[in-house]
Amino acid sequence: MVSTSSTTAGTSSTTAGASSTTAGASSATGGPFTYAPAPESRSVVDIRSSYGLFVNGEFTEGHGKAFKTISPATEEVLAEVAEADEADVDAAIRSARRAYTRVWSRMSGAERAKYLFRIARIIQERSRELAVLESIDNGKPIKESRDVDIPTAAAHFFYYAGWADKLEHAGYGADPQPLGVAAQVIPWNFPFLMLAWKIAPALACGNTVVLKPAETTPLTALLFAEICQQADLPPGVVNIITGAGETGRALVGHPDADKVAFTGSTDVGRAIAKSVAGSRKKVTLELGGKAANIVFDDAPVDQAVEGIVNGIFFNQGHVCCAGSRLLVQESVADEVVERLKRRMATLRVGDPLDKNTDVGAINSAEQLAKIRELSEIGESEGAGRWSPPCELPDHGFWFAPTIFTGVSQAHRIAREEIFGPVLSILTFRTPKEAVEKANNTPYGLSAGIWTDKGSRILWMADQLRAGVVWANTFNRFDPASPFGGYKESGYGREGGRHGLEGYLAV
Amino acid sequence: MTRRIWSPYVSHAALYLPRLPIVTILNSPTAAGTSSAASVLADATSSDASLRRFLHGLPGVDQVGAEGRAAGLGARSIKTTAKAYAIDLAIRMVDLTTLEGNDTPGKVRALCSKAVHPDPADPSCPSAAAVCVYPDMVPFAAEALGTSPSTGSGQAAVHIAAVATAFPSGRAAMDIKLADTRHAVDAGAHEIDMVIDRGAFLSGRYLEVYDEIVQVKEACARPDGQSAHLKVIFETGELQTYDNVRRASWLAMLAGADFIKTSTGKIQPAATLPVTLVMLEAVRDFRELTGAMIGVKPAGGIRTSKDAIKYLVMVNEVAGPDWLDPEKFRFGASTLLNDLLMQRTKIQTGRYSGPDYFTLD
Repeated sequence: MVSTSSTTAGTSSTTAGASSTTAGASSATGGPFTYAPAPESRSVVDIRSSYGLFVNGEFTEGHGKAFKTISPATEEVLAEVAEADEADVDAAIRSARRAYTRVWSRMSGAERAKYLFRIARIIQERSRELAVLESIDNGKPIKESRDVDIPTAAAHFFYYAGWADKLEHAGYGADPQPLGVAAQVIPWNFPFLMLAWKIAPALACGNTVVLKPAETTPLTALLFAEICQQADLPPGVVNIITGAGETGRALVGHPDADKVAFTGSTDVGRAIAKSVAGSRKKVTLELGGKAANIVFDDAPVDQAVEGIVNGIFFNQGHVCCAGSRLLVQESVADEVVERLKRRMATLRVGDPLDKNTDVGAINSAEQLAKIRELSEIGESEGAGRWSPPCELPDHGFWFAPTIFTGVSQAHRIAREEIFGPVLSILTFRTPKEAVEKANNTPYGLSAGIWTDKGSRILWMADQLRAGVVWANTFNRFDPASPFGGYKESGYGREGGRHGLEGYLAV
Repeated sequence: MTRRIWSPYVSHAALYLPRLPIVTILNSPTAAGTSSAASVLADATSSDASLRRFLHGLPGVDQVGAEGRAAGLGARSIKTTAKAYAIDLAIRMVDLTTLEGNDTPGKVRALCSKAVHPDPADPSCPSAAAVCVYPDMVPFAAEALGTSPSTGSGQAAVHIAAVATAFPSGRAAMDIKLADTRHAVDAGAHEIDMVIDRGAFLSGRYLEVYDEIVQVKEACARPDGQSAHLKVIFETGELQTYDNVRRASWLAMLAGADFIKTSTGKIQPAATLPVTLVMLEAVRDFRELTGAMIGVKPAGGIRTSKDAIKYLVMVNEVAGPDWLDPEKFRFGASTLLNDLLMQRTKIQTGRYSGPDYFTLD
């Protein structure tokens, strides 16, 4: 394990040198090839000391109790953010309603597309700024925010911009109508990407939105508000309000919201489903997961190991579709685990802004506590815990990449979503057993299959009760591909043509 | 400690082969471990059929995944001290190459002097690993390098590598290939870069390829009991698939190659990051199984320092830091060296200088 640790003090300038050390044996002959710190510059980002709410095209004061957002890598306070109370939520919804009836619903699809294309291009132009800000506020490695989050977010806007004037060809009738005002609540794991997943299809279909980012990661959403201003988006079409659970509850419970879209935990999703039951509101929920990543004995083993690593350590495992249960065929289990351990020893944990960092910071102290608790439960339940030797930074929230071997279906770490860099390894003997174990969970968001046998991939994909099934790859996202869950992983689809349905009156 | 290690006999191969203890070989350098591995490997090469089963029993390579991994490693950001280290290491790994029909003794002499002192203006600049020439040019290279002392500070002398076995196509009778090899060794080549018979490989005559490598390896022997190091060139641009690259890697390692090399440089594509990735995985796995460390040499198409550094990152993270040594990793290149020198000067002086400040040869 290589750790790159850095401390970054003050929003303004000082970046203390990131140090990187190689643990374990280094070559006597070749000398150590130690990667020097390669920090992405923060100067591209201008973080204000305080942020208001974005309502009706302008930043306004919130009337709740302002809260602080911190960098999880250093615990440095980044900014103070307004909290929206019920009156603020009401103002935002009214602003969205006004924009809907007066402007957005009357505008042609081609006109709406112009705004969406413009937003997409501004995202691309400001991608470095967005990526750096995302990594600072969320703790994810810059290479992921730079290469995945922001480009994919821009791709979603481009994709749905293309649909805006073609809705009559989407298969939802000759003249599909928007719903009205969408109340959207998004999580902290992919703050900007989830914003794009929510806002792009809503706007393309002719709805206006009030979006609440997670309380630990509001900054890129607030930067998106600036992008809306820059794109001359009519006031009120996009409203961004910040706050925690109370604000979210007020938003989804508002009687004038026509649509509720939520991505987050299954518990909160369940509460939302209850609160909107019996109302006219259309709901899509994208909730938790406990995905099985299934490795057969004929898998391309080196790529399977990469897929396992990507499946669980991408974004520190803060991924609802993370491959958190490795199901490996018993005949190759030891070999795969050995290879996985060797690969994990090369993961670089540390400063999210270092371009060579593979695993960044855990998003919050609360989440870190939850990961620690479940890992301790795993140990006390008798599973074999292993992490590569790893020096973690002193400040901030960190958790070393961890695997548990000898896990059975009865263990809590095989059933509960940990939402961290923790992998539970189970074995199976036959394809049938693999399917049974993979499906033996209340969740059903995603699954992975690793085998060289094409017919088995197709058979497995048919049997698995999961919304997304990846074959010989994992965690691949494309705006053209629908995404969503079975069972307690939620309902509705986001992305692709299917993603339009949640925002149309059909 | 016993632990089960990866075995090439996964799944289908196990159906054909007699049950062998390889899947539970002790992964320690004890006699028991290596000898059982050796017996299994000896068994694999006992007939064309068993060799075929062995090679086709190797785990597959997923193209998308391998290329994704290579691209990911290529995105590492190597700066400042790490870059300086990598550039000096890369210079020490260069097999400075001229393989043209119009090569002359004069050209080869110039190449040799460049290899010894890549940057005449800077004595701290390390020498290249070797010069790589056609067999008939070896005497001139030996003459040019023969008495040249090591460049000080403990650096090894520049080796002479000769391409042999009817390079680059390999289309010649076996005795001609062997004579070609012996001629180069007798003339003083330290290293022989042979080409495999791609025709035989692609038509599935693996044992023929194996035997050829074994015989060339024997032809590398010198009267003093030493032996020229053998690099086996696959011409991966002709083998096309990563599965073939992995099979060729194992085939060559079983046959006694000291190095496995991607390309002749005469066919496009030559060396690529994903091909090198597959070969690095193969040498890593071979070492796990047998304890023997085989070198890797990507050749052709590597022209910039940035490219070279990507390869070194891959060596570091895939095969491991033990391979970061000119004895275990080489670049077959001609234009790469000057770019490395330019970057080296840039790091030292803070300024870029033009190509006119570096020698052409």
